[in-house]
Amino acid sequence: MIDTEALVAELPRLRRYGRALLGDVARADDLVQDTIERALRKTAHWQGGNLRAWLLTLMHNVFVNQVRRNDALRGASGADTVELAMRDASGDGLGLRDLDRAMQALSADHREILLLVGLENLRYEEIAGVLDVPIGTVMSRLSRARTQLKVQLDGSPARPALTRVK
Amino acid sequence: MMMKQPDTALLHAFADGQLDAPEHTDVAKWLATHPEAAAEVAGWKAQSAAMHDAYDATLDEAVPARLLAATRNGAPASAGSRWSMAAAIGWLAIGLVGGFMAGRNTDSTPTAQLPLPLARQAAIAHAVYAPEVRHPVEVGADQRDHLLGWLSKRLGHPIVAPALEALGYQLVGGRLLSGESGPGALLMYEDASGERLTLFVSADTDDSATAFRFAEHDKVNVFYWVDAGYGYALSGTLPRERLLAVATAVYRALNP
Repeated sequence: MIDTEALVAELPRLRRYGRALLGDVARADDLVQDTIERALRKTAHWQGGNLRAWLLTLMHNVFVNQVRRNDALRGASGADTVELAMRDASGDGLGLRDLDRAMQALSADHREILLLVGLENLRYEEIAGVLDVPIGTVMSRLSRARTQLKVQLDGSPARPALTRVK
Repeated sequence: MMMKQPDTALLHAFADGQLDAPEHTDVAKWLATHPEAAAEVAGWKAQSAAMHDAYDATLDEAVPARLLAATRNGAPASAGSRWSMAAAIGWLAIGLVGGFMAGRNTDSTPTAQLPLPLARQAAIAHAVYAPEVRHPVEVGADQRDHLLGWLSKRLGHPIVAPALEALGYQLVGGRLLSGESGPGALLMYEDASGERLTLFVSADTDDSATAFRFAEHDKVNVFYWVDAGYGYALSGTLPRERLLAVATAVYRALNP
């Protein structure tokens, strides 16, 4: 069994990951909710270890099964449109918009690997488990994703966030 | 001892802090004499830092009540768990709708504590949205599958849009509403003359009757019924007999 408060403690990070992965708060929260429901159904399978990595594994599977299949509908709901508009109007600063726009321009595979490494700080072996790919694939994908992100950021007309962040 | 040129994977591992201390030191020494590679590694680290800058704000946001409830009360994806959660946040909706009602009532009795009957909620929703010219719905019928999938997900209950073409009504679209005990779905139909009907669906916690009932609020006629814990209300300004015919068709479509 998993302590539900341990799950609750992971919610902010799952929301952050979903938000970065999908570029949209409302869809991210739907993804998190589906992930939590799956975790609660599979709680008997939980064997200890890194709870965060396990949740990210479930989230990756939900994402692959549902969200990608529905990608054609992306941004179609009014709620989604409102979220995006609000975010743009909220004065988040150039860093968020540039970085987020660059991230959303990447393939989902590249976005995932960058977030698991850069945001979640998972070890490469754990990421191989989350994505269910060999570690060699993790490394080659990471390398390509970083190159792609650099291209996206350097190509944007506004100053890239990189220089600001140091 | 100076190391050979590290391969790319080793440089990434260095940038991500995934090397043990001796290896980390070796790579750092090598980078000190190879500025081009050092700049590339610094760029990777900056990417990760930029991600934190861009997304960490989410960590400080309040986690939505529905996620907390799904985690704490969540029997696996059962409608019941979603509704116990919805009931918890429902007081907010009651307060909002109650305030709206209080403004309309001449006696201005404080109604915020009183659960509003399904029919009255439906009539209010109809009165508010049916006259809308530019934004009657959030998602149009051209996105029918997406609309129904979205509303079903938010309500935790399959939402079906009955086909009413035989009666002259086309689906316009739908929107998500704050119902008495959680989210409600509002589907809007329109006939060739622009006459609009709305079908309101929400969880109904009190009412267990399944018979058709009729109500009228502010010139909006409503037929409503409860089926398996969900309340349905068809509202419109057309005469009672004609509305009943449509309500019967809706009921049959929902209970084939």
